[in-house]
Amino acid sequence: MSARARDVAAPALLFVALIGLWEVAAQTGVLADVLLTEQGAGGGGDAEFLVPAPSDIADALWNDRDLLAEDAWVTLREVVLGFALALVSGLALAVLIHLSKTTRRAVYPLLVASQTIPIVVLAPILVVWFGFGIFPKLLIIALICFFPITVNAYDGLRSVDPDLLKMMRTLGAGRGQTLRRAELPWALPFIFSGAKIAVAVAVIGAVFAEWAGADSGLGHLILVSSGELSTSLTFAAIVVLSAIAICLFALLALVERRVVTWKEGPSS
Amino acid sequence: MLSTTGAPESEPLDVSGKAGPPVSIRGLLHAFGDLLALDGIDLEVPGAGVLGIVGPSGCGKSTLLEVASGLLEPSAGRVSVGEAADAPSRTPAGERLARCALMPQRDLLLPWLAAIDNAALGPSLAGASREAARERARADFNRLGLGGFELAKPQELSGGMRQRVAFLRTLISGKQVLLLDEPFASLDAITRAETQAWLAGVLAQDSHTVLLVTHDVEEALYLSDRVAVLTARPARVAATLDVPEPRSPDRAAAVTAADFVELRERALRLLAGGAR
Ligand SMILES: Nc1ncnc2c1ncn2[C@@H]1O[C@H](COP(=O)(O)OP(=O)(O)OP(=O)(O)O)[C@@H](O)[C@H]1O
Ligand SMILES: [Mg+2]
Repeated sequence: MSARARDVAAPALLFVALIGLWEVAAQTGVLADVLLTEQGAGGGGDAEFLVPAPSDIADALWNDRDLLAEDAWVTLREVVLGFALALVSGLALAVLIHLSKTTRRAVYPLLVASQTIPIVVLAPILVVWFGFGIFPKLLIIALICFFPITVNAYDGLRSVDPDLLKMMRTLGAGRGQTLRRAELPWALPFIFSGAKIAVAVAVIGAVFAEWAGADSGLGHLILVSSGELSTSLTFAAIVVLSAIAICLFALLALVERRVVTWKEGPSS
Repeated sequence: MLSTTGAPESEPLDVSGKAGPPVSIRGLLHAFGDLLALDGIDLEVPGAGVLGIVGPSGCGKSTLLEVASGLLEPSAGRVSVGEAADAPSRTPAGERLARCALMPQRDLLLPWLAAIDNAALGPSLAGASREAARERARADFNRLGLGGFELAKPQELSGGMRQRVAFLRTLISGKQVLLLDEPFASLDAITRAETQAWLAGVLAQDSHTVLLVTHDVEEALYLSDRVAVLTARPARVAATLDVPEPRSPDRAAAVTAADFVELRERALRLLAGGAR
């Protein structure tokens, strides 16, 4: 327990220290001076809109809690649904390219190529095609999540110990049985790795998607509030966004701990 | 526990008395690229017979079993499993796979399955329900000293226990030909002797045909009707030794009988590369 407490204490202390430093720097105006000097605008002045202190952000979090909660709910829904879409299609594709060499040859280059499309450019196009609803947002999030899920799952499926596959064959397992009973369980740790990466970037995808066209959501709130120079609210929205990502990540890690109870593959 | 009568059995296990399928290997040659592993192996195992195979490490024993099991097609030669004994024809790999159960040298237990589900993997893959499959394994689990560890994960078992689970998985798969690759290598001397005695009992009442690879000459002689001694790689059959029958049912007495000891010395000399 004490070892665990130490694990938590170190990052918590660092976090508090950084926040404290930021608070002091913002309150005394040092941070604003530096930034304004950088911009060549000379120092001084009330610059809360430029760099809100952590206490200002906390105020915004509290005062605008209804607005934040409403937008957080919209974004959370997009992220979860988009991630689920990516998980299902990503796993299906990984199995497909694992089972069929032809599909692998045909699809794998396209899969990699899909990652070179800048989402920032793609997002507005999708909005033009599919409108302001949730659908184009799910597509954008899924497109971002899809790659780490598929690549990791495929790597897991093909890394199965060949002796294990031989053993399954001698026990009369068919292709589908080998997949279900040996390869997929073997690939589970890989799939979780991919999913954890995906869920973290899904939030970024949601922001891009909302910037391209939305009337609610945290990304939308960030856009609007920074336009109005309500920087504290912008920062508050970012905090909520990070919290969503961290919670989803932690949730996946928790499920992983429950499901993957083994460390290595079949040993000697 | 519910009654499990009506458990689907993948293949009706023959009861005692019936002859098992013979195994015949002729002129077997196998090379991995340039590396010649098996260089003209001839072996005959009559139905329900037990052939021990001993040979220096790396000579090609595991390769021999993989070829026999149908996992590998040999570079040359003929393998027949369960064909008419007088005119054995070549058995295709798929048929060999269906007739043979291979216990690999590594236990290869699935870490996500409980020990008993690992042991019962064969019936389970053949379509038995989980309970029915487990029921097949339960009695032998106790007899092999694994009682109480049914639901333990493989990581929680000792090396020897894992090997026994892997052995059960092979036995329970319902195949008539057992290909055992060093099945008791990681057991301590006492457990090993007990397990050997247990296996001798199983083999005596069952009609399994067995190819038993081991590095333990005594184990080979005690469990087998005949023992083939292989040369260093590329493996050839240096000699085949007939084990005198009947053996004493008491293991300790059997392995200390004068003719047994003499045979063991001969096998060891052969292994060391000496003359017969
Ligand atoms: N898949 C493979 N590819 C290439 N070479 C192989 C392969 N499998 C085995 N060999 C080689 O064939 C030879 C025989 O290997 P094998 O595993 O059959 O020996 P063994 O008699 O079972 O040894 P041990 O007693 O140590 O288990 C070895 O030299 C090995 O390196
Ligand atoms: Mg071997």
